[in-house]
Amino acid sequence: MPDFGFSIKTARTENLDKVSLEKYRELLRKVPSFKRCFQCGCCSATCSAQQYTNFNIRKVHTSFRRGEYNLLSEELKKCMLCGKCTLLCPRGVNLRSLIMNMRQLLEEPVK
Amino acid sequence: MANRFWNEYQKKIADNHFYYERSCIRQTFFPGSETAFLRMLKEELGKDVFDDFRLHTCTGIGYHADVVPLDTTMTVVGRIFSLMTEKGYENFVPSCVTSFGIFTEMVHMWEEHPELLDKTRENLWKACGREFNIPKNIAHPSDLIYHFRFELKKLMKYSLVNRFTGKPLRVVEHIGCHYAKIFPDKGVGKAEFPYVLAGMIEAWGGEVVDYPERRHCCGFGFRQYIVQENRGYSISNTKKKLESMEPYEPDFIVTNCPGCTLFLDRWQYTIAEMENKTYDREGYGIPVLTYEEMAGLLLGYNPWELGLQIHQVQAERLLDKIGIPYDLKQKYNAASGKILRAPEKPENLLV
Repeated sequence: MPDFGFSIKTARTENLDKVSLEKYRELLRKVPSFKRCFQCGCCSATCSAQQYTNFNIRKVHTSFRRGEYNLLSEELKKCMLCGKCTLLCPRGVNLRSLIMNMRQLLEEPVK
Repeated sequence: MANRFWNEYQKKIADNHFYYERSCIRQTFFPGSETAFLRMLKEELGKDVFDDFRLHTCTGIGYHADVVPLDTTMTVVGRIFSLMTEKGYENFVPSCVTSFGIFTEMVHMWEEHPELLDKTRENLWKACGREFNIPKNIAHPSDLIYHFRFELKKLMKYSLVNRFTGKPLRVVEHIGCHYAKIFPDKGVGKAEFPYVLAGMIEAWGGEVVDYPERRHCCGFGFRQYIVQENRGYSISNTKKKLESMEPYEPDFIVTNCPGCTLFLDRWQYTIAEMENKTYDREGYGIPVLTYEEMAGLLLGYNPWELGLQIHQVQAERLLDKIGIPYDLKQKYNAASGKILRAPEKPENLLV
C-alpha cells in the first residue's frame, strides 16, 4: 500500500444512554473543582510525563467524563504526580487529587 | 396553503443573458464540464452566455484557508464584477460552488455594511481604475440546468433508465455546502430541501436515493484537506457517506460542487488501497459525475469529450446501463488527435 501520510479514522460515536456515569459522578463528589474544567488542555501541555510517554491527561479525564474506562488504569500509571498541571490550571482544578481519585475509582467495581 | 409555503423555497433564476465565470479547479478536474455547459446553453437552448477569457481566481480556496485577507477578496470580486459591468451583463453565473459562496457572501456583506462596499470601490479604483455594478441575479450553473431541465429533456436522446431492467437508475445527489448552507435562501429548496439536483434526476427519469448521511459533508472541508496530516478527517467523512449509501446500491453519484465530485471519486481509490474496500458489488466503485456530465450524456455528447476518462471510477458500466455507445479506442485520444498514454491501473479498484 502506498504511504498516503494519513489514515482513516474510526468513528467515535458515544451513546451516553448506554454508559454508566456513576464513577464520574462519584469523582465530582470527591473533587468538586473538576466541575470547573473547561478543557483548555494546559494540563497536557505542561505535563512532565508527556515528554517521555504518550500520556495525555486531558484525554484521560475527558474519557472518564464520558464513561469510557477501558485502559484508563494503565494510562494513569504513567503519571508521576509531579503536580505541574495543578500549578498551571487556570480554573484551579486539583488535578493531583483528580488523578489519585480516578485511580482509586477505577479499581472499584461498577455499582 | 402548502403551495404558498413552498414558494418560499423557490429561487429567482434569470432566463437569459448570462456572464459566465469559469472555475480554477473545475477546468483541471473535469475539463469537459464547463464546455458542455456552454454548449447546452448556447447551442441547445440558444441563450446568450458570455465566456470571458480575462477572468481570474475569486480567491475562494485562499480565503477559506485564511491565506487571503477579506479586503483582498472583496477587491478581487469587485474586479470580476467590473469585467461583467464592462460587457453590459447583470446576471452572474459562477461555475464553482465555492465561487458562488464567495460572491454571495461578499454581496451580502456589502448590503449589510455599505461602508465596506465604499472601501472596496475605492481600493479597486486605486488598484486598476475600474468601477463595477453588483449583479442583479447570481445563479449557479446547476440552478440554470435545473431551471431549463424540461426544455433540455425535450432534446435528450437518453433517459436515466436501466435499459436491462427497465427501472429508473438509482442516483445519489450531493449538494455542495457552499451552495445552500452558507446562505440557505440562495439555493433551490433552501438548506432544508435542496432540490436542484433531485429536480434534474426526477425530470430525466431517475430515482433519487434517500440515505441516512445524505446531507453529510463530502469530506473536502478546506482545512481537513489542505493540511496533509488532517486528510484522515477528510477521507473518514467520505467513508461515512459511502458506507451509508452502499446498501441502497446506487448506480452513480451526481454533485454540483467540484470538491464533492473530486473527493467522492478519488477517495474511493484511496479507501480501496488502504482497506481493500469498494462500494459496489463487483469492485468497480460508484461513478461520480458532475451535473453537466449527466446532462451531456443524456443529450448524446461523446463521453470522452465530456471527460469521463479523467475520473477515478470509470463510467463504462453506467454507459452500458443507459445504452450510450462509446469507442474504447478513442478513450485516451487528445483533442488534437494524439493518442495519450493510458493511466496505470490501481491494484484494488477495478477499472
